[in-house]
Amino acid sequence: MGFFWTIVTLLAALALTWRYLGSYMAAVFDGRVRWLRVLERPIYRALGTSPEQEQTWTRYATSLVVFSGVSIALTYLLLRIQGSLPLNPQRLAAVPPALSFNTSVSFVTNTNWQNYAGETTMSYFSQLAALMVQQFVSPAVGVAVALALVRGFARRGSATIGNFWVDITRCMLYVLLPIAFVAGVVFVGQGAVQTLAGPVSVHDALNGVTQTIARGPIGFMEAIKQLGTNGGGFLNANSATTFENPTPLTNWLSIYLVLAIPFALTYTFGKMVGSVRHGRALLAAMVLIFGVWVGFTSAAEHQGNPAVAAAGITHQPAGNMVGKEVRFGDTSSALFAVASTSTSTGSADASYDQFTPMGGFGLLTGMMLGEVTPGGVGSGLYTILVYAIIAVFIGGLMIGRTPEYLGKKIQAKEIKLAGLASLVMPLAVLVVTGIAVSVHAGRTGPLNSGPHGFTEILYALTSQGNNNGSAFGGLSGNSPFYNVIGAVDMLLGRFGIIVPVLALAGVLAAKDVVPESLGTFRTDNSMFVGLVIGVIVIIGGLTFFPAVALGPVVEQLSHGRFF
Amino acid sequence: MERAGTTGPAGPDASPVGAAARPHGVAEARSLFDREILRQALAGAFRKLDPRVQVRNPVMFVVLVGTAVVVLEAIRHPGRFTWSIAIWLLLTVVFANFAEAMAEGRGRAQADTLRRMRSETEARKLAADGGETRVAAAELAKGDLVVCEAGDLIPSDGDIVEGIASVDESAITGESAPVIRESGGDRSAVTGGTKVLSDRIVVRITAERGHTFLDRMISLVEGADRQKTPNEIALTILLAALTIVFLPVVVVLQPFARFAGASVSVVVLVSLLVCLIPTTIGALLSAIGIAGMDRLVQRNVLAMSGRAVEAAGDVQTLLLDKTGTITLGNRMAASFIPVPGRSEEELADAAQLASLADETPEGRSIVVLAKQRFDIRERDLGDGHEFVPFSAHTRMSGLDVGGRSIRKGAADSVRRWSADQGGATPEGLDELVARVARAGSTPLVVADGPTVLGVIELKDVVKQGIREKFAQMRQMGIRTVMITGDNPLTAAAIAEEAGVDDYLAEATPETKMELIRSEQAGGKLVAMTGDGTNDAPALAQADVGVAMNTGTTAAKEAGNMVDLDSNPTKLIDIVEIGKQLLITRGSLTTFSIANDVAKYFAIVPALFVATYPQLKALDIMRLHSAQSAVMSAVIFNALVIVALIPLALRGVKFRASGSAAILRRNAFVYGVGGIVAPFVFIKLIDLVLTATHAY
Repeated sequence: MGFFWTIVTLLAALALTWRYLGSYMAAVFDGRVRWLRVLERPIYRALGTSPEQEQTWTRYATSLVVFSGVSIALTYLLLRIQGSLPLNPQRLAAVPPALSFNTSVSFVTNTNWQNYAGETTMSYFSQLAALMVQQFVSPAVGVAVALALVRGFARRGSATIGNFWVDITRCMLYVLLPIAFVAGVVFVGQGAVQTLAGPVSVHDALNGVTQTIARGPIGFMEAIKQLGTNGGGFLNANSATTFENPTPLTNWLSIYLVLAIPFALTYTFGKMVGSVRHGRALLAAMVLIFGVWVGFTSAAEHQGNPAVAAAGITHQPAGNMVGKEVRFGDTSSALFAVASTSTSTGSADASYDQFTPMGGFGLLTGMMLGEVTPGGVGSGLYTILVYAIIAVFIGGLMIGRTPEYLGKKIQAKEIKLAGLASLVMPLAVLVVTGIAVSVHAGRTGPLNSGPHGFTEILYALTSQGNNNGSAFGGLSGNSPFYNVIGAVDMLLGRFGIIVPVLALAGVLAAKDVVPESLGTFRTDNSMFVGLVIGVIVIIGGLTFFPAVALGPVVEQLSHGRFF
Repeated sequence: MERAGTTGPAGPDASPVGAAARPHGVAEARSLFDREILRQALAGAFRKLDPRVQVRNPVMFVVLVGTAVVVLEAIRHPGRFTWSIAIWLLLTVVFANFAEAMAEGRGRAQADTLRRMRSETEARKLAADGGETRVAAAELAKGDLVVCEAGDLIPSDGDIVEGIASVDESAITGESAPVIRESGGDRSAVTGGTKVLSDRIVVRITAERGHTFLDRMISLVEGADRQKTPNEIALTILLAALTIVFLPVVVVLQPFARFAGASVSVVVLVSLLVCLIPTTIGALLSAIGIAGMDRLVQRNVLAMSGRAVEAAGDVQTLLLDKTGTITLGNRMAASFIPVPGRSEEELADAAQLASLADETPEGRSIVVLAKQRFDIRERDLGDGHEFVPFSAHTRMSGLDVGGRSIRKGAADSVRRWSADQGGATPEGLDELVARVARAGSTPLVVADGPTVLGVIELKDVVKQGIREKFAQMRQMGIRTVMITGDNPLTAAAIAEEAGVDDYLAEATPETKMELIRSEQAGGKLVAMTGDGTNDAPALAQADVGVAMNTGTTAAKEAGNMVDLDSNPTKLIDIVEIGKQLLITRGSLTTFSIANDVAKYFAIVPALFVATYPQLKALDIMRLHSAQSAVMSAVIFNALVIVALIPLALRGVKFRASGSAAILRRNAFVYGVGGIVAPFVFIKLIDLVLTATHAY
């Protein structure tokens, strides 16, 4: 399938998904879909809760933080004692403390940053019970936060914003599990490996070498890896290997799964606040930025590699093929990469370190925009809503009214929380990068020196701060320093946004609605889409301009031209 | 220009020439560049450099701290560049102070005049035994009784408890025609600082010491106890957040640079920080707020809080009294409708005769209409005529001349009178009367002795241009509701003609209150005007309650604005000023943030050009040198504040149109313009610096 047809079929499939998965999810989260109530009810009974027991935002946030804290502790414990646990055919020893800490935080925060190679570090039990479980749970937590915020807009004069336990249960039961199951069947059907038998040794008589081929329960993990915008693969080479991503169809499916829920949630949002037009406006902002980034990065990769050109090979008809899977090629790899970095997924079917500087710039900046185009499962929606609130505030003032979004007045409290939520990520990323380039342990991390080395550090900490998890490569991240600082970065990037967003949900839910009139600032038209894009690009641009100038921009300019 | 606000007790007619366009008012529109104000503002700009003042404005405080850092650096490593940067950073703060001082200065002159008026007043306090003692006005307490006679200044706010007097209120309203104030009823309130022109009154003081109307006015025009409004607070938070985020953005450049094997100068880093944080809006924010209040004062409206002004911009429902707001105060003759068998001219002639002595506006309008329609002129009646004035008992008026008795009046009365003269009610009269009433007009029946001639139709005349105003309001999403004591029939007809969205007929204070409550229950903000004591609860309930200055003390205290001109139509202006205030803030915020793009392109290449000469490619303005690039950006950043002071004080031009059109325009002018303008001006400043060999 050519690049063109990939785009066309993806667009068609995503359009249908947006409409139907979007309305299905709205029905699920409103409690109107009950086909799994046989499973649902016992879960609530076990948790001692019910959909009728609504929570205030503080209770909701406490539940979430406690749940995530316990998840981190549990994951950490499992990794530390994996040597004594079953399903460990390779007899792998316990994962070291710093790495366990980084990894457990990474999977609980939906980041899936991997400072390890899965096949040589994690037992099957760890992959399944520790990591894959979090691949289901962490996107559900993201969706729960988004739902809370959406209810903040939809409700009036309400003290509560929903029930955290019910929200994550419904999300996993009705959305993530069924879709991941179907997608897993396709992956396995296409040839992705799914086995509990250990690795095999293959003797190559011709060359006289013996190779160990890693195997494992890969296929189904692959489905939730993409669907939940997790990105953490079973194998180190991630979606570039044939075991994880065997065919062009699974490659297409990977891109589709990554984008499906984040885009569709905008429809769910519109449906739940009673105006699909509002959902469509957010979708438009996401799609426009995403489209430009795909175009830019694909064009950059199609240019050919400047370093190769400098070596005398100016004719590179296939584009920059360094570090690419031949099965996928330049533009398709760029599409996969942009989909993965714009959605907080971070999976990869090519080596990002060997993208052209401008191609790498596309991936890096895709994350720097705050993961909203369309962003992670749930997190994309709640983060873009924060940007929308800021856009509404500035735009609303410009028409001479106290700004309001969906009838909710945006005042001091809302701006305080939205400001906090939108600025935590750039602050965290810049400060930890500043620390990393200053201390010895940080400076020895990158394989390269100069601007490329700087980009390797910046990329790693941007990826973790945005809970993306995509690896640029070229950074030796499995050091105590990078394990700890990365974990801090991930925790700030996740909960530093979630807590203010939940507070925002509480404040908004308690408010009354101002009726709409002709004088109301329209938040469902193209003008507003433009404003939201402006706010996203300006906040991202202004905070990261100098850092990016010192990394990929300088590097590209060193080759003498931008493209 | 002379000192404005000279409409003090000394001479209400001494208004400066420049104020001719606005014939009256406490705060005449002053030139933006009034020399006296400029001088005072300049002094204030330096006085406000006090860090204790600056700390209230987080954005400018960061600039001040940055200046201190650069000065220290300049002392340690003196150099022309460092010192120049230090001076321009300091100027940035001074310019911000200047903007605020300008806005404050425009009110101070008026406040001084008012204050003099207060301190000079002496009161004649009435003791319980009827004796009088002379005390200073400032010593009066609430509940004291004072006597005021012709020529006296009323010492404090109060209600007349005895007597009637004509009062010159020009000190407060600027209106030189005296008004009548009397005890009892809705015209009993008097204001401290106004002057009794005739007669003697006894006033019970209603204001606490230091809380008189005059005191409030002084602090309002001075902007002394200005509280930040809700939107202003929200905006300040956003600006503080933007300031906080740029701090690490700039600070981490030092380790980033070290990693690249370079080092960047602290001076340039501070320059970058100051250029990035939203200094433009941070500098002008309080000036915008003060100037907004000032604009209201210029239109003779006193807002008791900035919050009320902001609420005015959010109003979605306007309750407007019919009389005086939508219609001219009086009904006017619109047509003569004869009964069958009589001519229109005959009716007009009799009607004019009956109205010759009628000095009411209705009566005069009948004379005028007869003249217009049939060229019937007022005539000399000679001797032997007698006017019959209107009385509540007879409910008609007219003229007896040369044996004829002509009467006009309410239908029933005239018909009965005519029957008494021996006439019969003509066929079709009842129907005529009913038809006129149905159309929302008032029918007056005219009879010449026993003969009933026909009906004069008196119509409420809708003010010119009001229909267009309401159409604009509708476009802005504001619903207009007419409040009237008329019956529903009349009300509907006038509502239709004036183009209001809705009406409340046979309104009572209770129904008015109910309407406000029901609108508010739907989440709408309501504005209304009122003057009577029975309006007070509704005025207090409304989000924006504008009391007429002619109204009672109760009404004035209940509302959150007072219109000194007592012109209810002004409610519409107030809404526009409220909107303009927010628009100015929003637009300048957008402009300020958009400016950062160009500043990055100027400073970042300059910052690293020694380490990475390739970054020169980002210098799309092709600035002369690294130093001139930084210098130009800093100078632009300072000068843009001064350049925008007039805009901040006048407010962004407001056009009544739909929200989409306003947004498109402002987003284009201040957003796109904000991106482009600094590219042009930084380049120009760079050219000037180069040409003068400064760098």
